[in-house]
Amino acid sequence: MSVQITLATARRILTQLRHDHRTVALMVLVPTLVMVLLYYVIGDQRAFDSWTPVLLCVFPFLVMFLVTSIATLRERTTGTLERLMASPLGKLDLLLGYGLAFGLMAVLQVALVLTVSLTWLGFDLGTSLWPLVVVALGNALLGTALGLLCSAFARTEFQAVQFMPVVMIPQLLLGGIFVARDQMATVLEWVSNVLPMSYAIEAMKLAAATGAEGDFWRDVAVVLGSAVLALVLGAATLRRRTP
Amino acid sequence: MMSYAVAVRDLRVERGRREVLHGVSFEVPRGSVLGLIGPSGCGKTTLMRAVVGVQTVAGGTVTVLGEPAGGPGLRAKVGYSTQSPAVYDDLTVTENLAYFAAVLGAPKTDIARVIGEVGLDDAAGQLARTLSGGQKSRASLAVALLGAPELLVLDEPTVGLDPVLRNELWGLFHRLAAGRGVTLMVSSHVMDEASRCDRLLLMREGEILADDSPGALRDRTGATDLEAAFLRLVADRETVNER
Repeated sequence: MSVQITLATARRILTQLRHDHRTVALMVLVPTLVMVLLYYVIGDQRAFDSWTPVLLCVFPFLVMFLVTSIATLRERTTGTLERLMASPLGKLDLLLGYGLAFGLMAVLQVALVLTVSLTWLGFDLGTSLWPLVVVALGNALLGTALGLLCSAFARTEFQAVQFMPVVMIPQLLLGGIFVARDQMATVLEWVSNVLPMSYAIEAMKLAAATGAEGDFWRDVAVVLGSAVLALVLGAATLRRRTP
Repeated sequence: MMSYAVAVRDLRVERGRREVLHGVSFEVPRGSVLGLIGPSGCGKTTLMRAVVGVQTVAGGTVTVLGEPAGGPGLRAKVGYSTQSPAVYDDLTVTENLAYFAAVLGAPKTDIARVIGEVGLDDAAGQLARTLSGGQKSRASLAVALLGAPELLVLDEPTVGLDPVLRNELWGLFHRLAAGRGVTLMVSSHVMDEASRCDRLLLMREGEILADDSPGALRDRTGATDLEAAFLRLVADRETVNER
């Protein structure tokens, strides 16, 4: 591992994004636009206040998952990954470089959606805001890490895109947004217990209700731990030698 | 042992269930230019990947600069350019080279030097996506020239280039070998390029047909040009097999 190579990789990925204005605009603007849409669809301030944390939690995950899995898949298919694997670059340098660059994009994304929600849309959490920001960023990191891992199992960009609903929808359904987790069938609750998103959603609910109280830090630790685990597994899927 | 830049012993490689290299052995003296010549699909690329250390091998040994191929100490000393250009499409030529220079720990002054060496000065600020096929493969070649590699493994570096450029690049290869003592392994399926190598490995169907200098090959087979020499060797091999 080398700090210099990690930073060079992050800088390279951000430079690639700089040449692709449309992707940057989509990444940064879409969550905000959806939030505005949601505000007018719901039309009720109290209901909006309760849905905003959910979107803040889900969006960074979703966008980061997609962007990262496609970007790493591209490295594999264009041969740049093989070139890097023959170079002094460490596997973690590459993964952390992606984590850093897309993490920075997630900060921009969350900052914009929060600013618009708090000012124009009159979002009022009633408690301090930072625990919610911690959850949103933790989730962005988790999305990046899982995207890196899943891209190893996709051969084409079509497949990579299809992984998004596969990874996302079960986690949302079982995560306690639609049905409380303790009201699910026992087996489903067990499954729910091992999905990282369940902890992210619980942390988000705690952050929205009481701030960083109760199990909040335990839940955040589980989310970050899952992200680290996914990064390590992702590193294991990067092979210097391939058939 | 140390006088050889590359020493390959009984190298066997399987892809899928098929053996594509059947116990190949050869040596490359330091500071020489070795040409790997043979039809498409004969195992040239696989052999080069094994020398760089990115190919899973089934048996045999590959020693590069006195170390097992692909070892961590070799990664900054071996320059590698794949057959299809491995550069980032959404970066300019200069940005691509700046990133790979950082990964290899090469000085920043190298960027302008290698751009000059491959004759891409006019396209330095252009996105790789907008380059012509030949320009793009030269950009990819430039990456392999960064730093001070002791061994250059170049897979079909002159494909699709006009004769003037091809001539210039071969001039560069010989300057690197004579001036800086660099060892080069260059693959090609064009016979007229073969005469510019110090030594030739003629390959066919995963085996080495001949390992000799171009002049010696012509003398041995009594052929006037290398294309005819190649055909003669194939015919000889087949009569031996029939007996």
